[in-house]
Amino acid sequence: VAFGSCANDGCVKSLANLWDKDTVFERAYLETQSTMNPESVTPKTHVKVKEGELELPEFYDTVKTLPQTVEVDYTISGCPPPVPAILEMFTAFISGNLPPKGSSFLPDKSVCDECEREKKHTEITEIKRIYEIEDDGETCFLDQCVICMGPATRAGCGCQCPNVNIPCTGCGGPGPRVVDQGAAAISALASLASDSNVIKQIVDPVGTFYKYSLANSILRRKVKK
Amino acid sequence: MREIVIDPITRLEGHGKITIFLNDDGNVENAYFQVPELRGFEKFCEGRRAEDLPIITTRICGVCPVAHHMAGAKALDAAFDVEPTETAKKLRELEYCGYYVYDHILHFYFLGGPDFVVGPDAPAAKRNILGVIEKAGLDVAGEVIKHRAYGQKITGIIGGRPTHPVSAAMPGGIAKSINEEERQEIEDMFRSCHEFAKFTLKLFDDIVLKNADYVTLITSDPYNLPTYYMGTVDNNNKVNFYDGKVRVVDPEGKEFVKFGPSEYLDVIEEHVEPWTYVKMPYLKNVGWRGLTAGPDSGIYRVGPLGRLNASEGMATPIAQAEYERMYKTLGGKPVHATLAFHWARLIELMYATERGLELISDDEITSKDIRNKPGKPGEGVGIVEAARGTLIHHYQLDENALAKKVNLVVATTHNAPGVCMSIKNAAQGIIKNGEVNDGLLNKVEMAFRAYDPCWACATHFAIGEMPLEVNILDSNEKLVKTIRR
Repeated sequence: VAFGSCANDGCVKSLANLWDKDTVFERAYLETQSTMNPESVTPKTHVKVKEGELELPEFYDTVKTLPQTVEVDYTISGCPPPVPAILEMFTAFISGNLPPKGSSFLPDKSVCDECEREKKHTEITEIKRIYEIEDDGETCFLDQCVICMGPATRAGCGCQCPNVNIPCTGCGGPGPRVVDQGAAAISALASLASDSNVIKQIVDPVGTFYKYSLANSILRRKVKK
Repeated sequence: MREIVIDPITRLEGHGKITIFLNDDGNVENAYFQVPELRGFEKFCEGRRAEDLPIITTRICGVCPVAHHMAGAKALDAAFDVEPTETAKKLRELEYCGYYVYDHILHFYFLGGPDFVVGPDAPAAKRNILGVIEKAGLDVAGEVIKHRAYGQKITGIIGGRPTHPVSAAMPGGIAKSINEEERQEIEDMFRSCHEFAKFTLKLFDDIVLKNADYVTLITSDPYNLPTYYMGTVDNNNKVNFYDGKVRVVDPEGKEFVKFGPSEYLDVIEEHVEPWTYVKMPYLKNVGWRGLTAGPDSGIYRVGPLGRLNASEGMATPIAQAEYERMYKTLGGKPVHATLAFHWARLIELMYATERGLELISDDEITSKDIRNKPGKPGEGVGIVEAARGTLIHHYQLDENALAKKVNLVVATTHNAPGVCMSIKNAAQGIIKNGEVNDGLLNKVEMAFRAYDPCWACATHFAIGEMPLEVNILDSNEKLVKTIRR
C-alpha cells in the first residue's frame, strides 16, 4: 500500500525537484544565515575519522513516488491519510473482500463534492490571498476570488481546512480520474476566470498547484542541464 | 579496533545511527551519532506564498506539526508587522497546550518511559508500550490512549486538523473562533488531562523515584553533562511554551543572555560536520570548541530539562511545586543529569494542563475578535518552544509576499551536540572490556532517548521506526557478531 502523500505524490518535499542535491546542500550547509562554515564542509557518504570510516546514505537529486519505484497494490494519499480510509483498508484486508488492484481507499470524489460552502460559480475577476479577504465562512473560496485546490483534490479528509476557513491546499493528491493535480486545478480556475489578466495575478503557480504532487505530475522535476 | 554500529536505533522520531569504536582492550575509543537524512525545507520553501509557509513546514514532522505551525504563524505576524488580537493569541496558546499534552504523553508512555517503567535491563521485547501496559495495568493503557487522543482532538478543534493544523496560517490572528459548545468540550478534556497528569507524576514517583537504583542511575556520571541551557520564559522568567524571550543560562545556572526572536543570529551559530546530515548549533559568543561540555564550550541544551534549567520556575501552582521537588531531590539547579529530562517532561505535562485550564476559563476565549489586519510583507522571526526545545522560523518575504529566504533552527538540532556527547559518555561508562549485550546497548540508547530526539525535525526529514541491528566488527572490519532485535 502506498500510504500517505509522500509515498503517492512526493508531498511537499518533491518541490525540491525544482532544484538538485547541490543547490539544496548549498542552502542548508553553506548559505543559511545561522551557519558558520568557513571551510565549506558538506556531509559526505564516506568520511574518514580518526578511528575508522563512517558512512551516510546518498542524497539524491530527485524525489520519486513509491509507485514510480516499486509495484504497489493499493493507495491512500493525504497528509496525513484520513482515518476512515485507514479503517476501510484494514476492514478490507481482514474480511478478505479486497477491491481491484490499484484501487484507492479514499472516496471516489473531490474535496469540492464534500465541501458544504455555497458554490455560486461566479466569474473570478481578480486573485486574492486568504489574509486579504473577510471570509464569511459560508461562500466557496473560489467565489471569493481565493485559490482553492478543492476541485482537483481527492476527498476523504472531511474538508477540515475549509471548515476552519482555510482553503484546500491539495494534500489529498489528485482527484479521481485526474492524472495531474496541478493541471486539473488550473483548468478549473481557467474556466471561472473572466480573462487572461486574472491568470497573470497568480503568484507561485508550481507551489500553489503542485504543493504536494510535483513528483506525481507530468512535470515531475525541473529539467536537468 | 572494533566497531559497533547501532542502526537504526529505535523508539525515537526519525532515524539515527550510532557507531561505537572499541580499542584493542575492548573499551570505547569514540562514539559517533549520525543522522542519515535531510530533506531541504530551507531550499524548497523559497518562492512559496507566505501564507503557505506555516502549512508546508508542518510537514517537517508528524509528531510536532503544531510547533512548526505556530513558529510559522508568529514569523508571519512579525513579517507582516501585525500583532494578533488577544483572543487569537490565547486560542493559539490553548491549541499549543493540547499539543504538549499529546506529545509529552507519547514520549513518556511510548518512547522514553519504557526504559524506566519496564526497566533498562528488561528484554527488548518487553521494553515498549506493551511492557508498560503489562506493568502499569490494562486500564492505564486505555487512559493513555484516551488522553493522547484528547490532546489531538483539542488541536483539531482549534487548528482544524489534529495533525498538520492550518487555522493559524493567518498573519495577525487565527482563521476560526470557538463557540461555547466547543469551549465546554475542550474544558472537559483539559480537566480529564489534568487528572491524568497527576496520575502520571504519581506513577513516575512510585516506579522511578521510589526505586533507589533508578535515582542512582539518573544521577550517575555516564549520564551527567554540564552545558549551557536554553528556553523561552515570560516576564517573570517562568517557563512559557508559546511566547516570551529566550533565556540562556551557563553551566552554573547564571543568566548568560536573554534575547527576542529578531536577535537570534546574535546568539546562535551552526557548525557543519561531514559525517552527519544534522548541523551542530552553539552559542556564538562562547564559540565552537568541538564536542566538549563545560563553560568554555558553546554547546547548550534545550527541551524540558533545558527549559526548566533556563527558567526561574513554572507559572502554575502544581507544576511549580513539582519543579521545586525535582531540584531538591536532584541536588539543586541546574541539573545536568540527562535522564532528568523525563521528570522535567512530566512537570511540563502538568503545566500544559494547568495553563490550558486557565486559558479555557478566560472570558475572551470565545470572542469573535480573532484577526488584525496585516501590514506590508517584510522579514520576520517566530520562536516557540516545541516539546523538544526552542524552535526558530525565519522568513524573508518579497513585495508579493513570496518567500525569498527561509531559515529554520529546529528543536532537536540544538540538542544534536548534546546527544552526541551523551551517547559517547554513556558508551564509555557502560561498555567495558569488550562486553557488549542488548541491555548495555539499550543504556547507550537511553542517553539519547531522554532528549526525545526528533531527527525528522532536526534535519527536516521523515518519521520511521524499524528493527535494530548491531554489527560488531574487528580491526580488519570483519564481522564478529550481529545482535538483532
